[in-house]
Amino acid sequence: MTVTPLLFLLPGVLFFAVYVVIPIFQSFQISLYDWDGLGEATYVGLENYSELVGDRAFEISLWNNVKWLVLYLLAIPAGLFIALFLNQTVAGIRLYKSLFFFPFVLSQVVVGLVFSWFYLPREGLLNAVLGFFGAGSINVLGDPTLATYGIIAAGLWPQTAYCMILYLTGLNAVDPEQIEAARLDGAKGRHMLWYVVIPQLRPATFIAFVVTIIGALRSFDLISIMTNGGPFGSTRVLSFYMFEQALSEYGFRMGYGSAIAVVLFMIMLVFIGYFLWSMWNEERQSGH
Amino acid sequence: MFPTPIQKRSRAAQLTYQSILPIALIMWLLPLLAVMLFSMRPLTDFTNGNYWGVPSSFEMFTNYGRVFFESDMPRYMINSVLITVPTVVGAVALSCMTGFALGIYKFRGNLLLFFMFIAGNFVPFQILMVPVRDLTVNMGLYDTKLGLVLFHVAFQTGFCTLFMRNFIRALPYPLIEAARVEGVSEWRIFWYVVLPLMKPAIAALAVLIFTFIWNDYFWAIVLTQGPGAQPVTAGITSFNSQFVAQYHLMSAGSIVAALPPVAMFFAMQKHFIAGLTLGAVK
Repeated sequence: MTVTPLLFLLPGVLFFAVYVVIPIFQSFQISLYDWDGLGEATYVGLENYSELVGDRAFEISLWNNVKWLVLYLLAIPAGLFIALFLNQTVAGIRLYKSLFFFPFVLSQVVVGLVFSWFYLPREGLLNAVLGFFGAGSINVLGDPTLATYGIIAAGLWPQTAYCMILYLTGLNAVDPEQIEAARLDGAKGRHMLWYVVIPQLRPATFIAFVVTIIGALRSFDLISIMTNGGPFGSTRVLSFYMFEQALSEYGFRMGYGSAIAVVLFMIMLVFIGYFLWSMWNEERQSGH
Repeated sequence: MFPTPIQKRSRAAQLTYQSILPIALIMWLLPLLAVMLFSMRPLTDFTNGNYWGVPSSFEMFTNYGRVFFESDMPRYMINSVLITVPTVVGAVALSCMTGFALGIYKFRGNLLLFFMFIAGNFVPFQILMVPVRDLTVNMGLYDTKLGLVLFHVAFQTGFCTLFMRNFIRALPYPLIEAARVEGVSEWRIFWYVVLPLMKPAIAALAVLIFTFIWNDYFWAIVLTQGPGAQPVTAGITSFNSQFVAQYHLMSAGSIVAALPPVAMFFAMQKHFIAGLTLGAVK
């Protein structure tokens, strides 16, 4: 009886330990070394970290991560808005819901390509539309002040779709009796939404928050595809800068790259800690 | 129901809603529609600057034909299948067992182990990158499909365990008690009692993991290199450098690369959404 759960757990835990848990600790260790990935590694203590402090590219990446985090959260209200818009029962609404959701199914690589073409100064649809309204053409991804926002907008597309589907499911489960009761009390529109509906959508909001934060901090594919960190390194984020340092033509600085990864991990850990704490409370309340 | 059902509103409101719907959808999918239109145009449209007018001819078959017969695209697609399918099978199999153990048995450290799986599922990939790449190289699996599959199985086990454990928790526990009283061994309970009840969860996870892994790009470029093992997400960048600035072909290529998960989604929509929104409702 006591060995049985162990046997069931063994293969999964073993895999997870070897590929996920142990590498986290190894990365911490590697971040204390100067290592090109092939030759001998030399211990340098916290030197990689002190180098980070004066690294302009690191600073830009960190700031871009903040922009990603803040702006990515727009996916949550946007998703709620579309969900409210689509929460009707008219002919063909199911197909509409699926088609609104469908950007989420595309790989980030394809989303990145689709949006880079959308932004193209000459061939892109964005400038065709702007031109139609008499506005001048802009080169979103070629402009260091605009590029990051352009990429975030591309990321918001599938992320909003994800939040939308969470809220559609949540809205489905909103207690109709409470709505009716509130309606009899004269609650309408915005008040109804804020005081009656949104509190009931809490579980959906929590998940939307978790996946959006994680998504924002994991952003890599879009940057790699759309600008490759440019122009002039203005669109780098920590995840991308780490990859550049450790594994690209800029050299194989595994130690320095790992130090960046550790910083990113620590930022993520704040959120992970909060998520786990919420889930832990939930578990204890529900019990068995 | 919130908002108020449109049927209870005025006729004018209903008509407005019905006409806004398609317009909103077109705006929402506009970047994608543009790419679809590009993929049907002939090259001459681009050289003549006819980007948004009526295509001078419809070259859908020529363009998509060239993607399939004049590039490495089919190889990349096959690689993607050979990476994705074994990962789905592996991760689902492992997590059925871990989910069963964590959902059914009470033992010390149960919740701790469960939270380890959840936490691991949230970590940034970069903190794993150097050691995992190193491990893969040392096992002689760098630039192989197996190397990618092993990592994906391990990583996805985190999410899948969360999913399976919560699903099993919601199953009627007396059923298992009853089987135990009858003297059925634990393995047989797993196999004959619990597993059949898990079919919907297995289906939901399978479509989700299929999509996640098919769409993976980061690990594909970290652990593989060329058309021998690279999946289509990584291969498309080489494809695009082969057909640089030929937007009609690049568009067709990316649509082909995106198609399998899209098809999977539309075919298995119910399971897909059930999996994705697990926990969104109490």
